[in-house]
Amino acid sequence: MRLFPSGLLLSWILTGCGGTQSLYHWGHYEDLLHAMYTHPGKAEPPLQIEILSQDIDRAHASGQAVPPGVHAHLGYLLSLQGHMDAARREFETEKSLYPESARFMDQLMKGMTE
Amino acid sequence: MAVGLMAVIGSFAGCMAPPGFDYSAYRAHRPRSILVLPPRNESNIVQAPYVYLSTITRPLAECGYYVFPVAVIDAFMKENGLPTAEEMHGVSLQKIREVIGADAVLYVTIEDWGQKYLIVQSVTVVKARAQLVDTVSGDVIWQGRQYLSQSSGGGDPLGSLISATLTQVFAWLSDPTYPLIRRANYRMLSDPDQGLLLGPYRSYTQENDHCLDPH
Repeated sequence: MRLFPSGLLLSWILTGCGGTQSLYHWGHYEDLLHAMYTHPGKAEPPLQIEILSQDIDRAHASGQAVPPGVHAHLGYLLSLQGHMDAARREFETEKSLYPESARFMDQLMKGMTE
Repeated sequence: MAVGLMAVIGSFAGCMAPPGFDYSAYRAHRPRSILVLPPRNESNIVQAPYVYLSTITRPLAECGYYVFPVAVIDAFMKENGLPTAEEMHGVSLQKIREVIGADAVLYVTIEDWGQKYLIVQSVTVVKARAQLVDTVSGDVIWQGRQYLSQSSGGGDPLGSLISATLTQVFAWLSDPTYPLIRRANYRMLSDPDQGLLLGPYRSYTQENDHCLDPH
């Protein structure tokens, strides 16, 4: 709760505003980035992995797309925790959803095997 | 709660780019993907570039672009011997294209940032400039400036003193620069005359290709 107050408020404001329909289910991706940078120790990889995985499940359940970067960020966190196979799956998912990411995802996977 | 205590008495936005922005270079090198590097920081708030970085993905992606994962990029650059934003901004476009595959890079400089406490109120300021550069030609295809400030407090002096104090005490609860820079991002990127053009994940026509309301 304490991690995301402004994000929650913001999503209420944004969803209440109308306008162009969002392309994505944003979940907590940006709030996690904010928390990990401004409150070191409050958004450690295991917590981020748990929350992002839930966000992805929710996106699928609601039929919305997962935003650019989320699978890649999750993959990076998994690699930090030593879960290399799971990390690779996330990088591959990012690649298939967003072909623009291919070169960078390949670069990250190359770095993992070295 | 802290947000509720804040009495917003003023908000100001400035758009300083010249009118009649020339989109010809942008339309000639329309990117599919945007790499956002950690901003350079001219303010004295160490966290500023990272608060900025945590808010920029969403508006760019809602304009229809692929946005590289900002924190992974930051970590990747650091692991490759580039510890500061200065150094990251110095990487050649050719290298960025080769290694990351980005079509365009958004270079941001934070000019002013944070809360300034006055006697009866506090003012939160975010100010930055941004340039979008095509990685093939090196052309600056778009540029924008953002400046927003928000006062809290005001009204009767005693009440203002209390709310300023509470805002200070509960600053950890809600970083006032976080919602403010989000608003500033949307204003800059979706400005009808000088904002971004739409990217490939939004449909657009030749007559109507501005990113007007990216949420």
